[in-house]
Amino acid sequence: MNKVENNRAWFLVTPVFLLVAFSAVIPLMTVVNYSVQDIFDQNTAYFVGAEWYREVLNDPRLHDSLLRQFIFSGSVLLIEIPLGIAVALMMPTRGWTASASLILLAIPLLIPWNVIGTIWQVFGRADIGLFGWALNSIGVDYNYASNPMDAWFTVLLMDVWHWTSLVALLCYSGLRAIPEAYYQAARIDRASNWAIFRYIQLPKLKSVLVIGILLRFMDSFMIYTEPFVLTGGGPGNSTTFLSQTLTQMAIGQFDLGPAAAFSLIYFLIVLLVSWLFFTTITHLDKAK
Amino acid sequence: MNYSLKKKLGISAYIFFVLLPIYWLLNMSFKSNAEILGELTFWPKDFTLDNYAVIFSDPTWYMGYVNSMAYVSLNVIITLMVALPAAYAFSRYKFAGDKQLFFWLLTNRMAPPAVFLLPFFQLYSSVGLFDTHLAVALAHCLFNVPLAVWILEGFMSGVPREIDETAYIDGYSFPRFFVKIFLPLIRSGIGVTAFFAFMFSWVELLLARTLTSVEAKPISAIMTRTIGASGIDWGVLAAAGVLTIIPGLLVIWFVRNHVAKGFALGRV
Repeated sequence: MNKVENNRAWFLVTPVFLLVAFSAVIPLMTVVNYSVQDIFDQNTAYFVGAEWYREVLNDPRLHDSLLRQFIFSGSVLLIEIPLGIAVALMMPTRGWTASASLILLAIPLLIPWNVIGTIWQVFGRADIGLFGWALNSIGVDYNYASNPMDAWFTVLLMDVWHWTSLVALLCYSGLRAIPEAYYQAARIDRASNWAIFRYIQLPKLKSVLVIGILLRFMDSFMIYTEPFVLTGGGPGNSTTFLSQTLTQMAIGQFDLGPAAAFSLIYFLIVLLVSWLFFTTITHLDKAK
Repeated sequence: MNYSLKKKLGISAYIFFVLLPIYWLLNMSFKSNAEILGELTFWPKDFTLDNYAVIFSDPTWYMGYVNSMAYVSLNVIITLMVALPAAYAFSRYKFAGDKQLFFWLLTNRMAPPAVFLLPFFQLYSSVGLFDTHLAVALAHCLFNVPLAVWILEGFMSGVPREIDETAYIDGYSFPRFFVKIFLPLIRSGIGVTAFFAFMFSWVELLLARTLTSVEAKPISAIMTRTIGASGIDWGVLAAAGVLTIIPGLLVIWFVRNHVAKGFALGRV
């Protein structure tokens, strides 16, 4: 759509600008302030420059949790994107079953994140949970509270359960946007189901998939509540991700300086990816 | 086996996987603790509503739901009020710094809440908003407003400009045009945006828990109370969990036909 040049549009944007400035810029400035000072109490603070940044960048605890974070986000994408596409392809397109499956699939997205953790905490326990009990009774020695591999498996399974629906719903709406004429042409050409998927459906899903992949990357990168409730980051530190490490530093040990420096580095990583996201989306919009 | 039967089996299997953990929670919420810990039963042997009675008879419990509802509604209202005009500006006009502003808004959707935890606590304490519904509602605007602007912009771009121009020729002022003509045209978009703002505010816990202590404490934070000296009260925990699922189920019914478009941020 052609847009009109008009700087008075700023009047319409001002409320958003003020609100977000209040809730984002002021807190962010506080963080920057902390990250360059050593604070003893309200009145004593020393300027320490980049010292906290050096300390944080050399902290093995952070390296570990950053690595875990990337492994987690990577596996989440590798599982959820293909599975979500598959689910979307299988969803009924007409009648009450279409509405019903839409609503049923959306349920996990509407549950508070700590309840998600609680559900899986209960579900995976060998004594009172169906899943843990079932695994143990077929002879698998499964205990997410003591075995790091089991903990990882459970956290991943929980995330797949929680968020694959998002990818599926996105792809479903992308598939609905394909005109029937494309399928008719494919039928005349006697195209195989695979060919229909590869040459008609997948290209049309590109824009929703970009949104899906990036939303999933971002949200899995900030995951906190679900693993915190499920495993508490354990056993040991095996499922402690970035947000939890940060919260431990800031609230648990009250290491304000390093925590603030770490916050900014964390935010910069996210910002970099958001920028990629934004440019991809605007390019896609332009291409239309 | 033919292709469409395979599809049906596949989607049924996936929905079964989605529902199984929820069934287990529901199942547990109708059992007594003795039965939960005693043996594994697929259906409550002694069907009991005691766990729900505990929640509905104790103000510290049910006020959690009231608090959550209060800040969520407040957040939806604030979000829509500021996002509607902004989304209109982004969808209709070019102005100095529009791209930068849009990107800056976006970065807030991407900001990890953990980064803002401590500064938020200090900011809202210093302006005297700590432990109020307004504090949580404003904090949740951090990620809801950018999302709302984004979704609404997608929906608004689908409305042709000619409609605006015709209205001006007919002598409508901007506010009257906006409320009487434009808003009804993007009804479904507003519905979807409200739904998303509701959803993301409802499921968030980290900020809500940090910014409240007694008066505005959300239900999800109160749920940790079930962990007592005598171990975890599984039955009540399950019942509280089930009750948090219901509001989401109620609202999704209204937007079921648009929810996919909303998830695609109004861009499909």
